[in-house]
Amino acid sequence: MSGEKKKKMIKTIKIDVDNCNGCRACEAICSAFHATPKYSSNNPARSRIRVVRDPLKDVFVPVFAGEYTAAECMARDKYVIDGRQYDECAFCRASCPSRDLFKEPDSGLPLKCDLCEDLEDPSLEEPLCVQWCLSDALTYEEREEEVEEEEEPLDELEIGLESLADRYGLEKIMDTLARMSESKKG
Amino acid sequence: MRYAETGYNLEIDLSRGSIERVETDPRETELYLGGLGTNAKILWDRVPPEVEPFSPDNLLIFSTGLLCGTPAPGANRTIVSTISPQTLLMAYSMMGGFWAPELKFAGYDKVIIRGKSPNLVYLWINNDKVEIRDASHLQGKGAIEAAELIKQEINEPKAHVASIGLAGENRVAFASIEQGRSSASRLGVGAVMGDKGLKAIAVRGTKDVNVARPDELLELCNEVLEYIKVRAENPIQGVPPILAGLGSPQEMAVHDEKWHTENFAWGNARHRRKDFWNEEVEKAWTETLENVRERFISCYNCPMKCGATISVPELSVYMMKCYSKLTYTMASMTDLDFGFKIAQLATEHGVDAFSAPQTMAFAVELYEAGILTDEDMPGFPSDAEERFFWLLDRIVRREGIGDILADGTYWAAERIGKGAEEYAHNNIKKHEQLPLKLGMLNPVYFLMYCTGEKANITQIEGQFPQAPFPSREEREEFVKDWIQVPDEKLKQYFVDWELRGDNSIPYYPPIQASCEIVDWMEKMHYIDDATGICAGLSSFPLKPPYHIHNLPRVISSATGIDIDEAELWEITKRNRTLVRAINVRRGMRRQDEKPPEDHWRKRFPELEAKLLDEYYKFKGWNNQGIPTKEILDELDLDYVSEDFLQRGILTDHEGSHYKETSSEKKQK
Repeated sequence: MSGEKKKKMIKTIKIDVDNCNGCRACEAICSAFHATPKYSSNNPARSRIRVVRDPLKDVFVPVFAGEYTAAECMARDKYVIDGRQYDECAFCRASCPSRDLFKEPDSGLPLKCDLCEDLEDPSLEEPLCVQWCLSDALTYEEREEEVEEEEEPLDELEIGLESLADRYGLEKIMDTLARMSESKKG
Repeated sequence: MRYAETGYNLEIDLSRGSIERVETDPRETELYLGGLGTNAKILWDRVPPEVEPFSPDNLLIFSTGLLCGTPAPGANRTIVSTISPQTLLMAYSMMGGFWAPELKFAGYDKVIIRGKSPNLVYLWINNDKVEIRDASHLQGKGAIEAAELIKQEINEPKAHVASIGLAGENRVAFASIEQGRSSASRLGVGAVMGDKGLKAIAVRGTKDVNVARPDELLELCNEVLEYIKVRAENPIQGVPPILAGLGSPQEMAVHDEKWHTENFAWGNARHRRKDFWNEEVEKAWTETLENVRERFISCYNCPMKCGATISVPELSVYMMKCYSKLTYTMASMTDLDFGFKIAQLATEHGVDAFSAPQTMAFAVELYEAGILTDEDMPGFPSDAEERFFWLLDRIVRREGIGDILADGTYWAAERIGKGAEEYAHNNIKKHEQLPLKLGMLNPVYFLMYCTGEKANITQIEGQFPQAPFPSREEREEFVKDWIQVPDEKLKQYFVDWELRGDNSIPYYPPIQASCEIVDWMEKMHYIDDATGICAGLSSFPLKPPYHIHNLPRVISSATGIDIDEAELWEITKRNRTLVRAINVRRGMRRQDEKPPEDHWRKRFPELEAKLLDEYYKFKGWNNQGIPTKEILDELDLDYVSEDFLQRGILTDHEGSHYKETSSEKKQK
């Protein structure tokens, strides 16, 4: 760490829960964008944004996926706002062992919002969930800030492997990898 | 790989308690698309006309539309099909919400229910795991209440539940199936569900729905969303506010109810109150709505906010949309706050918000006329609101007079006798209609009322304005950006349509033009009913984002089945003809195809006969409304023509000649 100042773009998805009408278009388009090939399939369970919704209790909270965490918090939170009780951890963005949110339904691997950043498709000025939210529950903001220089973030493969290592132990992962490369050769 | 659809149906036999996952034939998708189309094929193949609605052999089909689960905005409809206990014809009722996409994500296109469970059960579909579970503890519970209890029991808040209330359990002929903010209400599908001993179907899915040409589909979806924004900023000029935008009529948002309250009839579809709407009423009703409405809400992947959560003090929260806001108020001749109160109870009991209030208003009229007496209705209150609560309670429990009224106005009148038939005056094919009583016959609406297979005007009308605009300039302005027309000549029909004079109703639009207009409007609905796209973005409002020029590309890019406009028309015609064939095989004939006697004050029997003759010809039906052998064979429905010949519905040599059935001979 050099301690030098560096310009950083702060990107924010502003969530106005009062405007959310619970349609989940954000989930639909997110899961389509992240399919391979792009847009080839749809599955909200793979979406990196979820609308926590309970219409009868007037709970409509779009939450987009944050960091993977190996262990759950010591205690869960439960918010009551204007007399409305929200689900446990409703506002939390973590892919966490305490719940099935933000995990690939097949592998259990963690999902994280990447703001649809894609070098191959520079036409995206805003994340697609924002573009598809015609109710203005989601809006996108950018601003520049000066920050201390920081370490390079982990890439997606590394995050995935780390979560597998947390689950099965590093040794087992290495054994499996060795076995897989052996059988490939054979 | 199958695209847009999953390629699998769930077959549930409730008599045997069996569950099967059955692969479907991709050829059927090419012929009928999905939703209503493939439902009709299954009903034709497996439910012969001898099967009664409440027979274990009747099927109850919950189908997704072909495009549900793809990114196509508004593709979220569930198409429920069975044989109606009210009309005894094919029922197809639909609901929006979240259920159909969830079923796709669970890996199924349809759930097909047959048999009857000896005890009340519910179905829990969780991806590959499907269970029939005991529901005896849910007996008598409200539809919404039961859905919430089931979600707790299976510990899955993300499940979507379609359920019935007490009305369905007790086989009320206008019982609905409720789900989220939507319901499949018309034609008694909830009664068939109750007869099968099925309280609810809960579904949760986490699988992929694939599309064939992703980039092309996405581009089309983006165009649809862009057009929705354009329409939001440019409401249609010259029509009442309630008809100016997209979606189903925006009853939850719009306060100006002049059009509904003054054009539609109050009570038992009797009284026009042409000077009802004034500032005072508007102020009071605005306050009432603002007080109970919590939030505007949408169905899956749709930006329209047609529904709302409604919270009336001391009652549990429920969801509402569209004209059900007014049906109870107007039928009971009371006030809007009563409408919101009783609708909460009616939604929990699960009844249709058209038929239920009308049946209750019918009972009130019979009582006032002395046809029903205190002996029939002991303890019947004198207050208008209390009367409706009293009647609703007895109907859903089938207690006393409620047992008779629960069959709807047509059958109730038949059982009550003593001239009660005159009071069941607002039916088509035994089914209660919107309470509209108008002056001059409208040829376009005449044809739609007569021939609409669902016997419900909102399910066939839409693309063409309901009335001409006063000036030619306004009409010319309207057609300028009317990109949705299949043919330019339809613009001319509208431009030339005058309020008075030679080019006005009943003789304008001319017969041929009326046929073309009706055919266009109807086809758009049949496309939606197959794709599961909501009519509110497509067939129902003026100038919708989906239309005949982009739908073939939407369907093709999602499914990989390449169809152009002509081919989509053909599939639509096939589906439409097959639905008619099912009803013809169940005995429906020309004599059944008529609007309520008093729908229009000024009638023109000769013109009406001519209209029907020509429209039947236009459709390829004979003068009894039976599809001819030629048209059936042309549409690859030769299995239908063979059946018709075998049954004597059509005769050997001239497929288009009508042969009397023995029951009709007896009637003479």
